[in-house]
Amino acid sequence: MATLDSKVPSGPITEKWDKHRFDMKLVNPANKRKYSAIVVGSGLAGASAAASLAELGYQVSCFCYQDSPRRAHSIAAQGGINAAKNYPNDGDSIWRLFYDTVKGGDFRAREANVYRLAQVSGEIIDQCVAQGVPFARDYGGLLDNRSFGGALVSRTFYARGQTGQQLLLGAYSALARQIGLGTIKMFPRTEMLDLVVVDGRARGIVIRDMVTGKIQSFAADAVILATGGYSNVFFLSTNAIGCNVTATYRAYKRGAMFANPCYTQIHPTCIPVSGEHQSKLTLMSESLRNDGRIWVPLNKGEKRAANDIPEAERDYYLERKYPSYGNLAPRDISSRAAKQVCDEGRGVGDTGKGVYLDFRDAINRLGENVIRERYGNLFDMYERITGENPYQVPMRIYPALHYSMGGLWVDYNLMSNVPGLFVLGEANFSDHGANRLGASALMQGLADGYFIIPYTVGDFYVRSGVSKVTTDHDEFKKAEAEATDHMKKLLALRGKRTVVDIHRQLGKVLWEGCGMGRNEAGLKKALAEIPIIREEFWKNSIVTGGNEEINQALERAGRVADFLEFAELLVYDALMRRESCGGHFREESQTKEGEALRNDAEYSYVSAWEYTGVGKIPTLYKEPLTFENVMLAERSYK
Amino acid sequence: MMNLKLKVWRQKNAQDKGKIVDYNAKNVSPDMSFLEMLDIVNEELILKGQEPIVFDHDCREGICGMCSQTINGIPHGPERGTTVCQLHMRHFKDGDTIFIEPWRARAFPVMKDLIVDRSALDKIIQAGGFVSVDTGGCPDANSLPIAKDDAEDAMDAAACIGCGACVAACKNASAMLFVSAKVGHFAKLPQGKIERERRVQAMVKAMDDAGFGNCTNYYECEAVCPKEISVRFIALMNREYLRTINHLGRKKGAGGF
Repeated sequence: MATLDSKVPSGPITEKWDKHRFDMKLVNPANKRKYSAIVVGSGLAGASAAASLAELGYQVSCFCYQDSPRRAHSIAAQGGINAAKNYPNDGDSIWRLFYDTVKGGDFRAREANVYRLAQVSGEIIDQCVAQGVPFARDYGGLLDNRSFGGALVSRTFYARGQTGQQLLLGAYSALARQIGLGTIKMFPRTEMLDLVVVDGRARGIVIRDMVTGKIQSFAADAVILATGGYSNVFFLSTNAIGCNVTATYRAYKRGAMFANPCYTQIHPTCIPVSGEHQSKLTLMSESLRNDGRIWVPLNKGEKRAANDIPEAERDYYLERKYPSYGNLAPRDISSRAAKQVCDEGRGVGDTGKGVYLDFRDAINRLGENVIRERYGNLFDMYERITGENPYQVPMRIYPALHYSMGGLWVDYNLMSNVPGLFVLGEANFSDHGANRLGASALMQGLADGYFIIPYTVGDFYVRSGVSKVTTDHDEFKKAEAEATDHMKKLLALRGKRTVVDIHRQLGKVLWEGCGMGRNEAGLKKALAEIPIIREEFWKNSIVTGGNEEINQALERAGRVADFLEFAELLVYDALMRRESCGGHFREESQTKEGEALRNDAEYSYVSAWEYTGVGKIPTLYKEPLTFENVMLAERSYK
Repeated sequence: MMNLKLKVWRQKNAQDKGKIVDYNAKNVSPDMSFLEMLDIVNEELILKGQEPIVFDHDCREGICGMCSQTINGIPHGPERGTTVCQLHMRHFKDGDTIFIEPWRARAFPVMKDLIVDRSALDKIIQAGGFVSVDTGGCPDANSLPIAKDDAEDAMDAAACIGCGACVAACKNASAMLFVSAKVGHFAKLPQGKIERERRVQAMVKAMDDAGFGNCTNYYECEAVCPKEISVRFIALMNREYLRTINHLGRKKGAGGF
């Protein structure tokens, strides 16, 4: 039976990481080259981990599915990165960042991990500036900060609306430097198909070369997954098209526990779906809600254009329901309120799934120029996608899947319950609880890669020794054969529906049953429907082409096959958690006013699931969450 | 709804000669992105048991730099400052004929259909597109003030998404806008100045070794750049290169990293 020891060091929270760093074993510099690591993924977490480990002297191989490591989806993060630098002298501290993050996560994260995240946050900024990341500066030449949701201080560092891009290019440049020096072997256009576990320890991976189709395996002393989130299980999300769950799901099937899979973040301000052809959704920065007013028509079936609807027939529902927060109500509240008015038949746009975000009043008050200065690039992007000019007509927005807080379970060392398997960044579950605050994803990815894994993996190496297992081992041959067989099965599919069409169907079922609002009946319905869709996939989908070539239809089919199994796990987790927390509104658990109601007495734990077979109920393990340093409190928005 | 005629480059693999093949794109909504239009065409091809057109793409929001198609002869198509993935069908009209081809450059061999190999760009970065700092032990981020104007200039250059449209647009297949964006980014910052001589020489050498051509000031690169990076950075890179040669004609920082 798998155990769940979080390995949080003893002692006061402020001293845990220092103490742990002293207690961990060190590898002699001359011995470091004897140890090897496989890093899967080249986003913020993967690139920073690969570069940092190679700098220390370990042998590193890094894999990514894109044509270059610079294209990982961290690149699309817009807003910024949090750090407790307190440069603005406005009352920030490590303690406050820690507190805000635990509270923002609705008290469902592990305290010790979050405190450490806040502790190393300042060093991340130092590191990035030294790499030449061009953060925004003020006229005195020092770094500028802005504020973000869930905090009363300005602690967010940013590089225009492209912070993720600049941080990723910083980590990519460190990675590229090591590739150039020959200390990292980089494998782009490569997809991980399986994890190889020998005698209970992670020993390597099986990959498919996406150019030649060759399936082969690699062995190492540690396997580090930094493969991002799984929002694409919903088909439509703000993730890149290629983002998938395969690496983490395959690790789950090999014994790693999947924690809190139902914790997904739904972002309120995305450009709405325009039709069935939609392939992905685009986020419009939350900052727009500073000046835009959100409304829908008062009456159902309103046919007039937005600007022809008189003031008295508009419902500024956020201002009405949450007078003190108004349009700046938190992400979860705003998302749910938008869904509610659309479900009432008052949504706008051709599909009826959208609400207005209107800048008319701000433009009248401040002038178009001020609005252009503040949001010009976002307005341009909106116009490019929708063909509508938001200076003249209100934007239309709707909530969309954006981030997954859940992921593989890891201990304080970021190691999963499978020894030798480490998980970083969005792929793990560790720091954001049930809801992630804006500008914290970048912080976590880089904290994990630059400042945590270099310590903890060394300790693991010393304690476990150099591996003598090579890819000649039977388990490797078996895993390779299984992967080859899996590809053959997919290539044999000659039905009547495309894989994308089936994925779209899965997404609809999940969005309806396990989206913003959830209830037992809806979740059970989804659980009944998912196996039927999975069967349909294996009976009636079509995959063209062969294995020994670039075959995007095959790639997509492999990812969707895993989504079809993973979706069930996600719904099981949601069904078990009969409480509303973070962005998850469980309809059975609400206050008299219809607000989310957390249930600390029964659900103050991490749910970690163990695989028991396809279509079978996984086994639930619980890691109890204890809060010694923050008081559990209700989040109020009114 | 529109109906369009597509003329698409199909090439089975790097060895295949390749040819233009005609397709019809039916019932195209003006709200679709260009890639979503191709998705529809591909869905139809798959249902007929034919191989879909392969093309690189990922984020579909104009920032990852993966998409790379020459549309009617223009890399990333007719809209200025826009990647293919952010180009929408409302810029075309019913009955249009659209040519879709891969990037064309000796340093970017076609791998299949519209996918090319851009690893040469990574090799240039690996040669010197970084600051040589290891993780940890860096000075406080505010210990070194940087004039706002310099930081903004650096950001203008750093906005490059590495798509390679500049190369595809250039009649010399020059990568100088790409290389100069990285050289310029670091040249504007004190952190980058320590290694400026080694960097510019190593990157230019890697660029030449990869088979890219030289700049002859046509500025097609700037015109197609989805991030509208200015050719002034090419001038800056040339100055950076020249200043590595001292008055005795000796090169500073030769030998790379």
